Amino acid sequence: MKHVVVHEEWCLGCHLCEYNCAYANSGIKGMAKALKGKRVFPRIRVEDGNGDGKNNITFAVSCRHCHDPICAKSCISGALTVRDGAVTIDRSRCVGCYTCILVCPYGAIYTDGEGAVIKCELCLSNQAGSPACVAGCPNRALTLEETD
Amino acid sequence: MGIEFIYPEFEVVRNPARCIACRVCERQCSNEVHSYDPDEGVMISDESKCVNCQRCVSLCPTRALKIVKSDCVPRENANWQADTIREIYKQANSGGVLLSSMGTPKPMPVYWDKILINASQVTNPSIDPLREPMETRVFLGKKPRKIKRDENGRLITDLDPQLELSMPVMFSAMSYGSISYNAHKSLAEAASKLGIYYNTGEGGLHEDFYVYGQNTIVQVASGRFGVHAGYLDAGAAIEIKMGQGAKPGIGGHLPGTKIVGDVSRTRMIPEGSDAISPAPHHDIYSIEDLRQLVYSLKEATQYKKPVIVKVAAVHNIAAIASGIARSGADIIAIDGFRGGTGAAPTRIRDNVGIPIELALAACDTRLREEGIRNDVSLVVGGSIRSASDVVKAIALGADACYIATAALLALGCHLCRTCHTGLCNWGIATQRPELVKRLNPEVGASRLVNLMTAWRHEIKELLGGMGINSIEALRGNRLMLRGINMTEKELEILGISHAGE
Repeated sequence: MKHVVVHEEWCLGCHLCEYNCAYANSGIKGMAKALKGKRVFPRIRVEDGNGDGKNNITFAVSCRHCHDPICAKSCISGALTVRDGAVTIDRSRCVGCYTCILVCPYGAIYTDGEGAVIKCELCLSNQAGSPACVAGCPNRALTLEETD
Repeated sequence: MGIEFIYPEFEVVRNPARCIACRVCERQCSNEVHSYDPDEGVMISDESKCVNCQRCVSLCPTRALKIVKSDCVPRENANWQADTIREIYKQANSGGVLLSSMGTPKPMPVYWDKILINASQVTNPSIDPLREPMETRVFLGKKPRKIKRDENGRLITDLDPQLELSMPVMFSAMSYGSISYNAHKSLAEAASKLGIYYNTGEGGLHEDFYVYGQNTIVQVASGRFGVHAGYLDAGAAIEIKMGQGAKPGIGGHLPGTKIVGDVSRTRMIPEGSDAISPAPHHDIYSIEDLRQLVYSLKEATQYKKPVIVKVAAVHNIAAIASGIARSGADIIAIDGFRGGTGAAPTRIRDNVGIPIELALAACDTRLREEGIRNDVSLVVGGSIRSASDVVKAIALGADACYIATAALLALGCHLCRTCHTGLCNWGIATQRPELVKRLNPEVGASRLVNLMTAWRHEIKELLGGMGINSIEALRGNRLMLRGINMTEKELEILGISHAGE
């Protein structure tokens, strides 16, 4: 299973991954139409001290798709499951208890203000088809690699 | 601050229907053109700071941005053009010498574009490089005058040291300091993958790059920055830099602000001190002096490495080349006046020197007339822009070409010509860590390899079309060239006939 690998050394803190992620998961064709004037809820976030990309250390964080994911273990409704090595969320089953958000050691599960949680599903079932953050990263700070 | 005489040169045009206010432009602009207005929820821009490097344009995810030349210019005047007026305002404001970066943007004649290449038709067959072998390898260095045999009649194959290139192109000198660590690493990595050479420039060799030594030409310039025995030993060849096409006759000046950390250590000068390369080498006032340095360097490296002497193309270049050939140098590199630079006084860049095409033809002719052409290889640079420029240069008599601007373009340079500010948004001509990291050498090296691979294919196509299957067979083969729109004198110097002849 290929996962998104983060290379802090090459992260520019441009935050493009966040917007590519939000667009990929929007279900809307056309980035401007999908994101213009809306609050953006990406499933990947750039750790960026003062938010201007001028911090010395910046890097993107998204779900690590742990082998033995504590989020899935703690999910009270069985909404989080591991499918083919990817931790996926069934939003119709999520009850919005946010236990997963509390337990995730990476802080990689988020809400989008609609109750159910959102998280990176490696773009396997959205309009991008493969990780949009990786495809759109201008400096190969995000790569798709086979990990064990 | 009185009246601002100069209206901003560029306009930042933002398509409000497309802008999603993601602020990528703001985060990526080191010139601080873009900013976010939280009250209105829109991006705004200060175009007076824009240098048109196109970083924001390239990274804008919705293609909401474009930078255009402002049409707000002084009243039209064929004699006093807008650029001229702007320069006068600038000098009246600052009292200083105008500085510029990269090659001259003036509409100087480009002889490559007036030279046409031949192709085979009917009477001799062309060659399909996809089906038949084609040799693009070249060797640079002194070639023997005659074949020597030992007492048993066997060939004596001892040659003077040679550089082997997989194709007749090398990356020319750009110092670590003028360009970033990552730019240098990209060049080094690409050169070693391609089987060609890159050149350290005059800033020494960073310790991390000694591993690329086999594909490195180490430069010794008038400032002697970073030169020591280990450095000379590290490279495959040593280049003595006498001059540079963009600024013949003057030295260099890397401002103290760029002499930080590793740059200072590599150059072996204190942090923050200006790195000033004198205009002349203070120990070279004649060909005899040059010969001393050539042999000092050969002696220091046990005569194992070829020595290159790089000069700018100037008026008496043929006589100068003849002198260099007699100084014991193995290779002469000539840099034409359209060549690039990290910073040069504008007046010098735009007015001093001669075109590389004429210099090359004149030198090749002169060296052949004097019977010493085989004593040196000729490498030419100064705006070699494409595979066809390379082929034309070879046919005019060059052994190989140096490219630098084309290599930087491959790395992302957009020729905004503000290298001297040190704020390169593409991570090339800067030492600021947050900007340097924008150039991932893995990406950079692969783009350089792509560019050279593409050129190599094109060179083979052009050679095949002429019915020639090796670079060696094209070298100095001026019959393969014809001139167009040139005077008798120009054709005479280039040693080629006019199209139709």
